[in-house]
Amino acid sequence: MMNLDSTVTVAVKKFGAEREQLLPVLQYVVSKEKWLSEDTLAEVARVFDMSAAEVYGVASFYSFLDTEARGEYVIRVCRTISCDMSGKEAIMEALQKTLRISVGETSSDRKFTLLETNCIGWCAEGPAMLVNDEAYTNLTPEKVVEVLQGYMNRT
Amino acid sequence: MKSGDKSKRLKEFEEKVNLIFRETDCVEVLKKALRGDPRAIIKEIIDSGLRGRGGAGFPTGIKWKGAAEAAGGNKCVICNADEGEPGTFKDRRILDEQPDKVIAGMGICARAIGATEGYIYLRGEYTFLFSKLSAKCEAWNAIFKEKGLNFRTSVRSGSGAYVCGEETALFESMEGNRGEPRNKPPFPVTIGYSNLPTVINNVETLAYTTMIISDGPESFKSIGTKDSMGGKVFSVSGDASVKGVFELPLGMTLQEFVDLFGDSDTKAVQVGGSSGTCVPRKNFADTIIGFEGVPTGGSMMLFNSSRSMYHVLKNYLEFFEEESCGQCTPCRVGCQQLLKGIEAIRSGERPLSYLERLRDLARVMSIASKCGLGQSLANPFNSITQHFREEICY
Repeated sequence: MMNLDSTVTVAVKKFGAEREQLLPVLQYVVSKEKWLSEDTLAEVARVFDMSAAEVYGVASFYSFLDTEARGEYVIRVCRTISCDMSGKEAIMEALQKTLRISVGETSSDRKFTLLETNCIGWCAEGPAMLVNDEAYTNLTPEKVVEVLQGYMNRT
Repeated sequence: MKSGDKSKRLKEFEEKVNLIFRETDCVEVLKKALRGDPRAIIKEIIDSGLRGRGGAGFPTGIKWKGAAEAAGGNKCVICNADEGEPGTFKDRRILDEQPDKVIAGMGICARAIGATEGYIYLRGEYTFLFSKLSAKCEAWNAIFKEKGLNFRTSVRSGSGAYVCGEETALFESMEGNRGEPRNKPPFPVTIGYSNLPTVINNVETLAYTTMIISDGPESFKSIGTKDSMGGKVFSVSGDASVKGVFELPLGMTLQEFVDLFGDSDTKAVQVGGSSGTCVPRKNFADTIIGFEGVPTGGSMMLFNSSRSMYHVLKNYLEFFEEESCGQCTPCRVGCQQLLKGIEAIRSGERPLSYLERLRDLARVMSIASKCGLGQSLANPFNSITQHFREEICY
């Protein structure tokens, strides 16, 4: 039988609808859908008995709780100083060239979103990036293309 | 120094401490803590001289004492694993390799202050550690129960906001709000998470408390200096000959540090991450790494002479401009204006003397900002513009 529950419903069943569970619920939805649509925010607001504006206010504070449409794989390249010094720019070029999108954009097949992010805690092994929750370090332009290929081949 | 001599010396330094990554029976340490009086635990932590390892350096034992004496039945222990300071990654490795030491430290703290609930607030960037840490918490919850300690821990996740490493912003985030810092006082030991008396400690601090209970305060005190007792876990990055996580005694001079880690062309070291101080080569010999000199949460970023300090400063300012929570005006507007200001000097739109006005602005931010983010920006801004003034315009 098909499961007709929305992601928000599933999240609320898992965590509850107490105010302190707001972040866990939003994080859960983002882990499944990659972003928070207006409908999602409105649904969360209803369940938590909050105004939609307040839910949006909380969500938009956190850079990982995206309120814009994102692809299946969200790539976040670290732009902070240690990664920057170890060649982050070349990584960005390789990613943009391979994906044919610029920073902030999502590929037309909705598979990849390319973003830059602040320090992700791999400073000794930069350049580094996250693809969803997975960290990739000691990147080179060649290595980053290989990583992308791996994701492109996933169905 | 030759590279062979260097690694030998580095090993000698590391062996002087060797606490955080040493294999330890943490259940035995917990049992030891549970046998004694809670006040005895606090006394040992105070006697050890341990100060917070997240950067601010507040005496850990005094914090625990404050929470123990606070009124209220329900109390809380939080492990601050929102490691977001640029150049810092030691907590990631501690959580990955020594989670038992950290969670045992939370249990010891719970016993000392009478806490019943505990949380690890893990930064969103480290989500790959979430399930492993949750399983560890469950395992420890069973141990706590078996040993008669009424205390439960779990993991909560951040979502990519640097300011949530500030303790009261972290509480706000855990309560389901925007991570905007609160006014202090009241301090967390009286009113913290969910208005409960709360001890919030850095990952490394909690791991050290386990080792202090294990080995005794005297042994911890024997490492380091009078003002900076014990070891410290450093995160070394940038133009370094060896990079990574190293546990060293506090109180070394920056020259000793650069001799171990530098690439023989080090022109500056950023001590304490982008909110810390930039020390130029001429001051290496006179700068002590510790609370009597330059304190650090462990981030050590080395820059050699090929680096533009304008570029470094601009990278920091872009970071702060984005991470400022926007709640208070000095920080929100100040971060933007400092960034715009150095860009204007660089492009020739403003004279180099405009730097004085920017330095004043940074000083105003350090007085008028609500939390450490805006307050500490004067550290990098004023140290870089003082020591590398000419690099800002050329």
